[in-house]
Amino acid sequence: MVESTLPRNSRVTEGRLLKAAPDAKRLKAFKIYRWNPDDGGNPRVDTYEIDLDACGPMVLDALIKIKNEIDSTLTFRRSCREGICGSCAMNIDGTNTLACLKPIDEIKGAVAINPLPHMPVIKDLVPDLTQAYAQYHSIEPWLQAETSAPPDAERRQSQEERAQIDGLWECILCFCCTTSCPSYWWNGDRYLGPAVLMAAYRWIADSRDENAGHRLDALQDPFKLYRCHTIMNCAEACPKGLNPAEAIGNIKRLMVERQE
Amino acid sequence: MNEVNSARKMRSALGQVRGYGPAKSGLRHWRAQRLSAIALLPLTFYFVISILVLKGANQVAVRAYMHEPWNAVLFLGLAVCLFYHAQLGLEVVIEDYIHNEGRRVLLLLLMRGSVAFFGLLATISILKLAL
Repeated sequence: MVESTLPRNSRVTEGRLLKAAPDAKRLKAFKIYRWNPDDGGNPRVDTYEIDLDACGPMVLDALIKIKNEIDSTLTFRRSCREGICGSCAMNIDGTNTLACLKPIDEIKGAVAINPLPHMPVIKDLVPDLTQAYAQYHSIEPWLQAETSAPPDAERRQSQEERAQIDGLWECILCFCCTTSCPSYWWNGDRYLGPAVLMAAYRWIADSRDENAGHRLDALQDPFKLYRCHTIMNCAEACPKGLNPAEAIGNIKRLMVERQE
Repeated sequence: MNEVNSARKMRSALGQVRGYGPAKSGLRHWRAQRLSAIALLPLTFYFVISILVLKGANQVAVRAYMHEPWNAVLFLGLAVCLFYHAQLGLEVVIEDYIHNEGRRVLLLLLMRGSVAFFGLLATISILKLAL
């Protein structure tokens, strides 16, 4: 059965409160999930108070400030700090998003920060994405064509053909969508999830690729594709404003079309 | 399932994810669920109208209504679509939430059996009124 309660050693406990300096004026509390595999304890939520006058505008700025100035043990992934690398994907204020694109002042009250839901946690805000990356690998996300490219030139496509992959290629594989999907929570070992299915459709829709049939065959499965129940959390969560649910709908439509 | 998973732990992530490959099915189920849902829209509307028309009618009037081939066919259509759609939907619910292989197969069989039983019950009842 689906487990609706956490195992005993995963229950989240109250952690420490780290107050800001007494002269701080604009205070904001950050409640951050902490778990260290080495200390054998349960996960806890530490509260850090930050002076917003001495902090950048985004949630990632606050996390970096905490790590630099308050608690160097806080562990999270980040790299580009401008929404293109997908490293700082986490659950902020109840929604999966990129910490670098989430303004602090959009959040009322304390800022709750947790790792991406329903993935194994490596440490603090760092989830283990091994399975999701393997699923991405499994859809063969590279151009497959027997016709060779023209000598000394690129493979060409019309403007209309190129437009077919707009809204798809922009995906940065942060997995905010996949980890927001209840169907992926319950059946993530077999369901590919929205990010990977959208990546699959990105190649199916690419006019330069010659393997769309093989790609559709590989998705023709009650679990890999059809666990999508159009819940739409994916489109809601995507920090790049993309719509994986629509891409999945297009895959299902092509499945019907090639039968008729 | 759990023992198999732990025994497979050293298998690569890609190997686990590929599993035994695509089952080459799923489209038929998905499409049947949508089509039966669409069919149920007018049939349910017709059913509500029938109930309103027959409100307060005696048994003779109901029998006469169901004796009309039109009405008998639409009622049979409703019963078939309804129970077929219910079976498809419940299959998805069970597949979504029950991960223990044995329990899932058992529940699927029980569910299909009960849906078939009640579907046949409805069909026979309609036929008894219609014929």
